[in-house]
Amino acid sequence: MQITLPRIGTVAAWRQQVRKLAAAGIDPQAVIWSVGAAAPDLFATAAPAPGVATPLMLSLEAVDGIEMALLHSDPERFSRAHALVLRLSKREVRWGDRSDPLMRRLLDQQKAVGREIHKMHGFVRFREVSPPGANRRAFAAWFEPDHPVLEAAAPFFARRFGDMDWLIATPTLTARCEAGEMRIEETEARQPPPKDAAEELWRVYFASIFNPARLMVKAMKSHMPQKYWKNLPEADLIPDLIRSAETRVRAMHDPSAPAPETLPGGRMRKKLR
Amino acid sequence: MVQRTLPEKLSILADAAKYDASCASSGGERRGSRDGKGIGSTTGAGICHAWAPDGRCISLLKVLLTNFCIYDCAYCINRVSSRVERARFSVEEVVSLTLEFYRRNYIEGLFLSSGIIRSPDDTMSEMVRVARTLREREHFRGYIHLKTIPDAAPELIAEAGKWADRLSINVELPTETALTQLAPEKSVQTIHGAMAEVKARGEAAKDRTARGTRAPRFAPAGQSTQMIVGADPATDGEILRKSSHLYNRFALRRVYYSAFSPIPDASRMLPLIQPPLVREHRLYQADWLMRNYGFDATEIAPPTGMLDLQIDPKLAWALAHRALFPVDVNRAPREMLLRIPGIGPRSVERILKARRHRTLRYEDLLAIGCVLKHAEPFITLPGWSPRALPDDANLRARFAPAPEQLSLF
Ligand code: SF4
Repeated sequence: MQITLPRIGTVAAWRQQVRKLAAAGIDPQAVIWSVGAAAPDLFATAAPAPGVATPLMLSLEAVDGIEMALLHSDPERFSRAHALVLRLSKREVRWGDRSDPLMRRLLDQQKAVGREIHKMHGFVRFREVSPPGANRRAFAAWFEPDHPVLEAAAPFFARRFGDMDWLIATPTLTARCEAGEMRIEETEARQPPPKDAAEELWRVYFASIFNPARLMVKAMKSHMPQKYWKNLPEADLIPDLIRSAETRVRAMHDPSAPAPETLPGGRMRKKLR
Repeated sequence: MVQRTLPEKLSILADAAKYDASCASSGGERRGSRDGKGIGSTTGAGICHAWAPDGRCISLLKVLLTNFCIYDCAYCINRVSSRVERARFSVEEVVSLTLEFYRRNYIEGLFLSSGIIRSPDDTMSEMVRVARTLREREHFRGYIHLKTIPDAAPELIAEAGKWADRLSINVELPTETALTQLAPEKSVQTIHGAMAEVKARGEAAKDRTARGTRAPRFAPAGQSTQMIVGADPATDGEILRKSSHLYNRFALRRVYYSAFSPIPDASRMLPLIQPPLVREHRLYQADWLMRNYGFDATEIAPPTGMLDLQIDPKLAWALAHRALFPVDVNRAPREMLLRIPGIGPRSVERILKARRHRTLRYEDLLAIGCVLKHAEPFITLPGWSPRALPDDANLRARFAPAPEQLSLF
C-alpha cells in the first residue's frame, strides 16, 4: 500500500495516517511511504487485509522525539517510526533504550535533526528587501538545509523578528512572515536574494575579530562545516585569513616588520605604526 | 584627530576586543518580540552564528566603544603607552551596528567594553547610554553584555544591570602581586568590591520583599570574569584556587581563561613567549570539573602546581588515585561514576536510568555513548574486566600526547 504525505504538514499527516493504520491493524511492512504533492485518501484505494488493532499509548517525550526524527531526510524514516510506535505501544521496547537498534537509529536521527535546526537558527543570513516607502522593513534569506526542517525551525524566527517582515526560502519550502502572520508555502524562486550593504560591515567584523595567533581551522570546520559556507557572506574570507595568519603573528613579534593588512573591500591598513 | 569611516572604526574596535575570550549569550530570562512592538529574543542557551578560523564561536557583536585609554595595563593592546591605532564609536554608531547586524541574523546581541576615557564614570555612563538606547528607544530584546568598569559609581552599575543581561568585571590576573605590577591603576579590592555589588544587586532583584514588591531588574544572566594566563608566573594551582574562590564568593557564572596572546607593540614587562594554548585548554577542563563533576580545586591541581599538558585533568586524577579503581559500573554511586575517565555527566545519567531496569553490560556502555577507549582500564562490569591496571607510565602513554588540533600551526 502506498501513502503519499503532503510536503507541507508532513509530520501531522503521517501521525494521522499511523492512527488509522494502527486501528486497522495494518503491518508496517505493508506500507510504502513517500512525500509529494497530492495525498489521496489511502483507505479509498485498495488497503491490505486488516489485522488486530493496536491502541497507541506513547509518552510525551516519545511523541516529541519521533516527530523530530521524522524531519530527517532518510526515506525510510516513516516506516521505521511507524514500526517503533507500535512496538512502544505494546511495551516491546522502552523509549530511550539505546541498546535497541531501531530505537538507537531513531534517536540518532532525532539528534541530527536537532543539530540541523540549531545550525539553521545560527546560519540563516537575511538581506534587506524593503520596498521603498514601506512602513515595515522586509528581509529575505536563502538556506539549504540537509534535512527538511524548515517548518520546525521557522517559529524561532517569528519569535525573534517581531517588528519586521521576513522570508526564508529553501529548495522545497518557504516560510514567510508578514505583519506577524507566518505561513509555509512551496518555494517559487530557487535563488538567494540580492546582496545588501550591511554585508560589507559584517565581513569587516568577521575579519577583525579573528585572532591569527590562535589558528584552529579544524575546530572551526567541525562547528561550521563547509557545506554551509556558500550561503554565508563572510565565508569566502576564510582562506585568506588562514593564509595570512602566520605572517601577521610574526609581525606582532617583530615590530620592525611591515604588516600591511588587506581589509575586505580592498583597502589597505598599516597595522603597526 | 583623523576622521575615520565606520568600517575603519569597526575594524579597529573589533580588533581591540578580540582578546576577550567570552562570547557567551546564554543564561537569564527568555524574551521574544512576537507582539510586534520590538525586535529580538533570547533563547536561554544562546546561539553561535559563525566561527572564526581561531575556532571561536561568534555570537555577539564584540567591540570596544573606544580603544583610547588613560590606564597603562602592560598586557593590554589599548594601554596608554601603546602605539596602536585609535578610534572611537559614537553611541548611535554602536546602536545602529547592533540592530543592523541583529536584523540580518548575524548575532545574538552586543558585548560592549571600552578603554577608559577621561574617567571611569564618564566611560561607564556612555556604555550605559548605548544599552539604554537599545532597550528604551529601539525596543531591542536581544542579548546585552556590558563589561563593567570596577571603579565606576554604584548608580552606574545599578543602571547597567537594569539594561544588560550579563555584566562582567575582569579580575585580569590571578594574583595581587601580578596585578600591582602589570596593571598599576587597578586594585583587587576595587574589583572584588564591584563583584560583590553586582552579586548583591542580582540577589535583591530575585527576592521579593515582604510587601511583594521587587527590586529593579538586574542582569538576569549573572556575572562572569576573565583571567589572563601566562603573563605572570602564577601556577595552575593558584589560578584554579582563585577561580574557586571567585565562584563561591561572588556567585560567578563563568571564569574565562585567556592565554596571554602576543600583541603588537608589546610592553617589555611581558614574557616574550606565548603560553601553549593547551594550557588554557587544560584550565577550562579543570574549571569544568569543578563546576560539573564535584571536583575541588585542591584535588585537581597537582603538588607541582601545574596541570599535566599531555593528558586531561580527569585522567590525571584517576591515575593518581589508582586504588579507587576499577569501579563497578552497576553499583557505584553517582559521584564515583562521575570520576571515571571517558564518562561524562550525560552518560552517568543514562547509566543510572538504565541500571534501574537491568544489569548493564559492556556493549550497553558503547550504546550509551561512553568513550570506552578512556574508560576501559577504570571500570568493571559483565562483559569486561580490566586486567591489573598497567603501570603508571604505560597507562599514561596510552593517552598522551595531546590531540593535534591544539598545536599552533
Ligand atoms: S583599563 Fe582596560 S583598556 Fe585600559 S589598558 Fe587596562 S585593560 Fe586595557
